[in-house]
Amino acid sequence: MMNHTNEAHEAQEIQEVTFQESSVKKRKIVVPGEIIATGEDFLPGEGARREGQNVLASRFGLAEEAGRVIKVIAITGAFIPRRNNVVIGRVTSVSFNGWIIDIDSASSAFLPIDESPRFINKSEMNQFLDIGDVIVAKIWSVNNRGIDLSLKGKGLGKLEGGFIFRIIPNRVPRVIGREGSMITLIKEKTGCNITVGQNGWIWISGQNLEAEIKARKAIEFIVDKVHVSGLTELVEDWFAKNA
Amino acid sequence: MQKTHKMTNFKRPSGRTLTEMRKMYAKVGVVPNADGSAMFAFGDTVAIAAVYGPRQLHPQHMQDPGTGILRVNYDLLSFSVYERKKPGPSRRSQEISKVTEWALSPVLDLKEFPNTVIDVQVYILQADAGTRTAGINAASLALAHAGVPMKDLVCSISVGKLDKNLVVDLDKATDFPIAKIASTNEYTLLQLDGKIQPGVVKEILGLADKACEEIYEVQKKALKEAIEQ
Repeated sequence: MMNHTNEAHEAQEIQEVTFQESSVKKRKIVVPGEIIATGEDFLPGEGARREGQNVLASRFGLAEEAGRVIKVIAITGAFIPRRNNVVIGRVTSVSFNGWIIDIDSASSAFLPIDESPRFINKSEMNQFLDIGDVIVAKIWSVNNRGIDLSLKGKGLGKLEGGFIFRIIPNRVPRVIGREGSMITLIKEKTGCNITVGQNGWIWISGQNLEAEIKARKAIEFIVDKVHVSGLTELVEDWFAKNA
Repeated sequence: MQKTHKMTNFKRPSGRTLTEMRKMYAKVGVVPNADGSAMFAFGDTVAIAAVYGPRQLHPQHMQDPGTGILRVNYDLLSFSVYERKKPGPSRRSQEISKVTEWALSPVLDLKEFPNTVIDVQVYILQADAGTRTAGINAASLALAHAGVPMKDLVCSISVGKLDKNLVVDLDKATDFPIAKIASTNEYTLLQLDGKIQPGVVKEILGLADKACEEIYEVQKKALKEAIEQ
């Protein structure tokens, strides 16, 4: 239980590197339809498009130039599930061959019985996971029929104790930080176990309630500061002030 | 010559000139539980919009495996007018929900979200003419705030005739509500209550274009302020 939370977010970090690596570049808040750059030198990336000479934003967010590519990073909005995302979900129903999990996305997710970490007899399914139980799972596939989850992997499984709260899913990368630096800092300062799901659900479990609440407040502090660079120092200051 | 002179000095009962709009106010993030939300006011007309989704669409027969759909619900709150408005859908609110949907859907690209719906709830807190235009402005902001892929923002304004003059942002009904995709020349809503000569339509659109530029600036500022707290 203690170690699995650390490993759970290691899997997520791999995805975060792409988000963080070019954070040195200046970012600009853009609104849909706003011209980000003019000229043939630039290529539109995710969230951007080209119209004639201009590269325009196709959504609200932070525009970022990485070499020639301009992309717009979303900072608000609903969770869009992708393959290999580690998410936190709640069991809403037990069917004959698996569990239906609410992961706070457009379509519901399914965890087949074969994807549980050990063999489970079909008659004893609700002893392993029952309605209302909370799990950390990995998205194994996303197709137009729905989302399939898996519990096979390091750090995945049922969560017990602690509490769960929700943040804006697009801000999860900031909470985790570059190579998990931010979340490691919070864990060190509060002594809590924290698991961050890509769907914006965060699970905290600590020695006492004060430490848990402190961890939650620290995370909410980070979520409010999307656009600030050098956030790690700010969070260290925050901990110094709220010691 | 004399006519233009007279036009520029013309003041409406509210003290506004012909092309002067009521004071606008916009703010995003007014409903923290929603995926995106916004408030937009034209003087005493105040609209709030909340966006939920993309989320699973029920009833299932409305689902489109090719694209996500937009569903708008507009209504006046019962205390928004002097005489209490009976709550619940009416012919009027259903019509406005539909035209708002049509005004907004051309800018959205929902192909990424098959079988889903984006729900937009538009409520009028205070009604003082121009509620559908305020509603469209608020909904457009809320959709942008929700991070929905959009080509552009939508701006909306009403233009009408007061005596013999064309005026922007009327204080009373009998108007010509217009919605426009901000930085293009595409109009997504044109309605007309009453009568107007076909010849002046171009002039009306010209007035709307100018007004929409101002609205766009207000919307843009509101979205940018949401981050630079």
